[in-house]
Amino acid sequence: MSQSLDTRSSPGATPGEGPDATRQASPAWRRLARLALRQREVSIFLAGVLLVLYFQFSNSAFLSTDNLANLVQFSATTAIIAAGEVFVLVSGELDLSVGMVYALTPFVMFFAAGAGLPVGLAVIVGLLAAGAVGLVNGVVTTVLGLPAFVTTLGTLFLVNGLTLTISGGFPVQPTASGTFTSLFGASPLAELGWAVLLALVLQFVLNKTRWGLHTIGTGGNPVGAAEVGIKVRLIKTGNFVLCAALGGFAGVLDAFRIGSIDPLAGGNDIMFAAMAAAVIGGTLLTGGSGTVIGALLGAAVLGILKDGFTLLGVSAYTFDMILGAAILVTMAINVRLSIWRDQGEG
Amino acid sequence: MADASTGRELLRAEHIAKNYGQVTALTDINLRIDRGEVLGLLGDNGAGKSTLMKIFTGFVKPSSGQLHFDGKPVELSSVSHARSLGIEAVYQDLALINELNVYRNMFLQREPVKGRFLGILDDKKMRAAAIEQLDRMGVRIPSVDVPVAKLSGGQRQGIAVARSVYQKARLLLLDEPTAAMGAKESALILDVIQRLKDEGEMGIIIIAHNYAQIFDVCDRVNLVEGGRIVFDKKTSETSVEELTDMVVREYREARRSVQAG
Repeated sequence: MSQSLDTRSSPGATPGEGPDATRQASPAWRRLARLALRQREVSIFLAGVLLVLYFQFSNSAFLSTDNLANLVQFSATTAIIAAGEVFVLVSGELDLSVGMVYALTPFVMFFAAGAGLPVGLAVIVGLLAAGAVGLVNGVVTTVLGLPAFVTTLGTLFLVNGLTLTISGGFPVQPTASGTFTSLFGASPLAELGWAVLLALVLQFVLNKTRWGLHTIGTGGNPVGAAEVGIKVRLIKTGNFVLCAALGGFAGVLDAFRIGSIDPLAGGNDIMFAAMAAAVIGGTLLTGGSGTVIGALLGAAVLGILKDGFTLLGVSAYTFDMILGAAILVTMAINVRLSIWRDQGEG
Repeated sequence: MADASTGRELLRAEHIAKNYGQVTALTDINLRIDRGEVLGLLGDNGAGKSTLMKIFTGFVKPSSGQLHFDGKPVELSSVSHARSLGIEAVYQDLALINELNVYRNMFLQREPVKGRFLGILDDKKMRAAAIEQLDRMGVRIPSVDVPVAKLSGGQRQGIAVARSVYQKARLLLLDEPTAAMGAKESALILDVIQRLKDEGEMGIIIIAHNYAQIFDVCDRVNLVEGGRIVFDKKTSETSVEELTDMVVREYREARRSVQAG
């Protein structure tokens, strides 16, 4: 036990000590680090467990049923968006607009239901609208050759403006049967189920299917991928569509959970949270490498931090500072670890 | 004489020229390669080697001239058309994905899949076929499960060549296979080329400007200069020294013309 605690504390110390210190590290630390490298999800999982232990010791209400339900609300939809962001990041792009798609989709669903469509079909219409935004992101980026940062910054404002216009700036209430409402987000178990199910399915897609393989190829070596005949533009566009659709789906889930569709919900906050979850979970911003399970765990860790500090009475302002520091520290460790890996096994 | 040799002929280029607007990349290329033959295509940077390679792979269309493949005139409309005929190229960048392991790289874009439209990868099949192919070709790597980023330059080149050969290549184009490689690494890849040559069916064109390294594995060398083949001899009838003399003379002429201009 004490040994594993030592190994946990050493990565925090390494960045200041330089590569020599890392090379002379003990074999036990090496073994664990090697495991953490091979299974990138391990380190974020350990961080999550340690945080849960800390908060449970500080406040015994942390692991109560009510608070766990809170925790799911903090994390589930962020995790779903993060899964989409992982695919876009792995293919070598990024999507800033997904938080605005999250806000737009429930409104499209609401108006489709208002026009007389059954609610299930209305959800699908909403997701199609979300996918259309993804399609625009993909086509503008790959055909016109704009950097994804610029493209999705543009659609971020466009979609936000569209949402505010069609809603008139006022929230509305979604209507559906009780079962439908709880199945689509109102029940914390259902929300957790969606997040975990989607993460498992998408992890499989990324690692075990042609689509995933070509996504990794496209992000890892765009020129080489094109030379062997991979349709790089199609892959990137498809992943923009996937990300936007997942963002839309997350928006629908939260709309039913909250019981209100707010034009100001989500937005950049949830987009950055999802991006942070993906990155903390082990997905590279440079493309070619990522994990959906890691993003799920990353979203959980962010949720645990937010929920735990709320229980401890830490203010939202302080929380943002802690979150920022957490991102910097995790990423510094990640960079260190990959340098160490290249030296150790190269 | 002509009849006896046409049976072995794989590719023949007749009066191939290529202009990019005002710029002439190739003036008049006449070249042939037989089955089981290794042809060294030498020349300075900008002599036209790369353009010629792009024409053979169907990536670029010649402005004039005619290609014959298998004794029949062909017009290569695209890279996939050339590939369907069995013309495969290994570019200098190798088109490998660092993050992927060896067998997934070997089958990239031609993956065996299960579950039809779901496209679930058949890793078992890829792995077994990759091991067999690499073993057959004498490409020695520690494991097919490691990401290719972990392998040396020679091993990576070997995998790229094995990938092309596995696609039933009949004409293999290698772009600077030993560039930026140490002697040991080069030996590894030259050994692979020698094995393919011994099988006697595939034509191999090696594009290089360091001819000393590839000289021994080649049956014939052609020197490209100013968009023409200016030298065509069997390696048994020439030597590295003769080639060096030619290149040095070319270099002196180039200097003289620069000074004159």
